[in-house]
Amino acid sequence: MKNKYLERIFNGIIKENPTFVIMLGMCPTLATTTSATNGFGMGLATTAVLIFSNLLISALRNVIPDKVRIPGYIVVIATLVTIVELVMQAYVPALYQTLGIYIPLIVVNCIILGRAEAYAAKHTPLLSACDGIGMGIGFTCALTIIGFCRELVGAGTILGHMVIPEDFHVGIFVMAPGAFFVLSVLTALQNKFKAPSATNLSKEERRKKKALGEPAGCDGNCQSCMLHAEEAAEKALENKKQDKEVAR
Amino acid sequence: MSTFTELLLIAVGSALVNNVVLSQFLGICPFLGVSKKVETAAGMGVAVIFVIMLASMVTNIIYTAILVRFGIEFSQTIVFILVIAALVQFVEMFLKKNMVGLYRSLGVYLPLITTNCAVLGVALTNVQNSYNFIESVVNGLGVSVGFTIAIILMAGVREKIMYNDVPKSFQGSPIVLVTAGLMAIAFCGFSGLI
Repeated sequence: MKNKYLERIFNGIIKENPTFVIMLGMCPTLATTTSATNGFGMGLATTAVLIFSNLLISALRNVIPDKVRIPGYIVVIATLVTIVELVMQAYVPALYQTLGIYIPLIVVNCIILGRAEAYAAKHTPLLSACDGIGMGIGFTCALTIIGFCRELVGAGTILGHMVIPEDFHVGIFVMAPGAFFVLSVLTALQNKFKAPSATNLSKEERRKKKALGEPAGCDGNCQSCMLHAEEAAEKALENKKQDKEVAR
Repeated sequence: MSTFTELLLIAVGSALVNNVVLSQFLGICPFLGVSKKVETAAGMGVAVIFVIMLASMVTNIIYTAILVRFGIEFSQTIVFILVIAALVQFVEMFLKKNMVGLYRSLGVYLPLITTNCAVLGVALTNVQNSYNFIESVVNGLGVSVGFTIAIILMAGVREKIMYNDVPKSFQGSPIVLVTAGLMAIAFCGFSGLI
């Protein structure tokens, strides 16, 4: 019995790590990993929201009508994010200042809505909460590791203590472009090892996995997801072609 | 005159210096997903300009007229995300019913924009910097034009990358991210502008 819950937690940390394996929620990952402390803080804030949103959404899964479930989830998530925001503002004002706008933007982080859809909407509250804990810890670890690397290479510090002399800093890594380079190396490694990520599965593979009941981390239901964006682009081109033919 | 200068500074600042995609990392998903062809990128850009400007107008009005008046500013995140979602839904319904042509070319992108972090991000920065109505709209315009510039440039580069011999592990999104990184370096050059 206990194993089932522990399995969920380890699944989130290692097997389905949201950043390294399924690559969800890349916006905050890029933006807040300028240092290990910032990454850790963002990770913890997301974890808190994730645990309680999974718990609440799972508890409400039979109450919320299927048709309005996404707006329902968003209200739940936004409420939790507001609570976390106010708590952070009161107790860790310095971190709240550095993370700034990225704290309220946890609302649109795909990990949270993705896990709500893919897991919490189908499982019991306790299991879902454990899933949230696992995913949250996985996300926090990933952000801390990325932040640690960027801080070490870019500013030559470990948790604020200078270890590399200034002449050897590669300043670009703590700035915006560095984040893109780090992410690109991460996705390249993903491609190399063919990890089942949200970004490198094709539409058919994704559908097959979904039919088997084992979606890769998320069902790809979030509207702003990259996959949806690609589909929309294809549809727009097709529409244009049709319109041209009609005009002829 | 000074107000005009201020507005211009806000617009240039949010379009080029703090580009929404390349230095704020908002709206990465559509940036990567829709930038395969210049044609689709331009369509997405126009849709984003429209929605962000509309959203910054409406959220500004709601913030000053309702949230501030009743002293419930803390609920801005919830209110903004719901207002934006409802707004996009209405726009989509309106286009579908009244302007079929426009709907077929731009409407397909609207669902993508509902939970796009750039839209919520603009609404929140407007509040954070306590912009008034006109400043909010100008800021919205700047951010969305910045997004459009970035996505169209990226699409142009990607059309050329198609013909290149990219190492196998870097095919697909990794090479696009490297390109985005190089573009971000280029945009760092704008930081001396203001």
